[in-house]
Amino acid sequence: MARVVLIEDEPNIAEAIRFLLARDGCEVHALPDGLGGVEAVRAGAPDLVILDLMLPGVSGLDLLAAIRADAGLAAVPVLMLTAKGQGRDREAAERAGVSRFMTKPFANAEMLAAVRDLVGQQG
Amino acid sequence: MPMQALTGTRLRERRLALGLRQAEIAGQAGISASYLNLIEHNRRRVQGEVLVALAGALGVPVAQLAEGAEGGLGDDLRAAAATAAALGAEAAEVGRVEEFAGRFPGWASVVVAMHGRMQSLERAVEALNDRMTHDPHLSESLHEVLSALSSVRSTAAILAETEDIEAEWRERFHRNLHADSERMAAGAEALVAYLDGSEAAAEAGIAAPLEEMEAWLAGRGWVLPELEAGQGAVLAAEVERLASGAARELARGWLAQAARDAAALPMADLIAALDGGAPDPLLLAARFGVGADVVFRRLALVPERVFGLVVCDASGTLLFRRPAEGFPLPRFGSACPLWPLFTALGHAGRAVVAEVAVAGQRLRRFRVMAHAAAEHPAGFGGVELRHAHMLVMPAEAVAGTAAQVTVGPTCRICPRGDCPARREPSIVSLG
Repeated sequence: MARVVLIEDEPNIAEAIRFLLARDGCEVHALPDGLGGVEAVRAGAPDLVILDLMLPGVSGLDLLAAIRADAGLAAVPVLMLTAKGQGRDREAAERAGVSRFMTKPFANAEMLAAVRDLVGQQG
Repeated sequence: MPMQALTGTRLRERRLALGLRQAEIAGQAGISASYLNLIEHNRRRVQGEVLVALAGALGVPVAQLAEGAEGGLGDDLRAAAATAAALGAEAAEVGRVEEFAGRFPGWASVVVAMHGRMQSLERAVEALNDRMTHDPHLSESLHEVLSALSSVRSTAAILAETEDIEAEWRERFHRNLHADSERMAAGAEALVAYLDGSEAAAEAGIAAPLEEMEAWLAGRGWVLPELEAGQGAVLAAEVERLASGAARELARGWLAQAARDAAALPMADLIAALDGGAPDPLLLAARFGVGADVVFRRLALVPERVFGLVVCDASGTLLFRRPAEGFPLPRFGSACPLWPLFTALGHAGRAVVAEVAVAGQRLRRFRVMAHAAAEHPAGFGGVELRHAHMLVMPAEAVAGTAAQVTVGPTCRICPRGDCPARREPSIVSLG
């Protein structure tokens, strides 16, 4: 069973993703913000991290950089959720080592396909 | 020498308009007909006594032959050429701009009109672009809507596609859907309200407000008798008809100031004091017990006199301008740093007076008086504001005396070759 750490500040989006992935056989650990830092991510022992670009407190970009700098998490795929019109931030995320982007509003099937793909690549 | 090319062409046009033969004019001016022919075809320079004699024979002022009667049109054409050059277009024959304007005044006007339109559209695009990219309110509203939409889309799809969904989850998702659709509606409404409200602001980016106000005053011949006839409402109504909100705002402020000025210094008193002569704003200020700035602003509105006036703030940004014929005011970009206006700006209270020549116009002189005042709207410890005023009056060029300073319009279209204050290269042939 793949373990997913989801960091998304919109509770309803987090709930929908959680439901979807749980139905698909993932164990989802959801965090409402990035304040717990890379430790909170590591505690979830993820096979995949889903990270919103715009988070309160800590930016998704900073958290991504911390994940890539962490010995235990460096190889874990990161799927980043973005809204349209964040072209510059996307470029920065690419440089910081993001694995894939998902643009909101996404289709559930897209989300599932991306998660399966990223988890499968790794495992 | 572009000015010489101009002069010859203009001499010829004037002669032909009068229906005179070269021999007649040449005889009166004391030169040979063949020499006049060379002059008229711009193959010989004409200046000094010969020019004066030819002007006399043709019955026109010397200045009209030597300088562009098109004046501002020439500057506008040079500016158009500069813009085109910056876009990589083939270089225009800038050295023959007067010839072009003289021979094809209609086409020249078309070029200038197109260039003006292009400039204003560029400003509009920039303003809109800024609005889209740097407007935090817009991007926040959009983000809010997209975020809610994202949740709605996922949740609705789950409800539609999951057949065996538990009742508890279904209820939760229904609640989420309801909350998110409300959020989306509110977000969309905020967006629409915002975009509606921004129309006026977008308009303002299209025409430079100062130009719009200037056009209004020029249309009135720079005369506002209503100020003193208790008909301020007439002027206020005209201001409200200006196209852009920014220009209306600017003109309202200017009008309020003009009304205060008129009360402090009635036009009839000012006209009586001038008595047809040249004014000294500082003497007038002392005589009427008003600030020098009041006198400067009132002089710009004296009927049947043309006192050019330029006003700027401490940043050098022009706040008001009444053109004086032949004195170049930039339509776009920054002014000439050698203007006495800026000398005065740097020394509040000092009375700066200068005989000014204009680059490329050897026969024109202006007597210019500039003065700046500091204001402290918040008293001691508050900010200092400065406003500099510059009065521009045509003056006779005295043979053999050099002007104290030679100024231009703005660097890009200024022909002065040896200028110590040049900021950027000129596209006009330097000489």
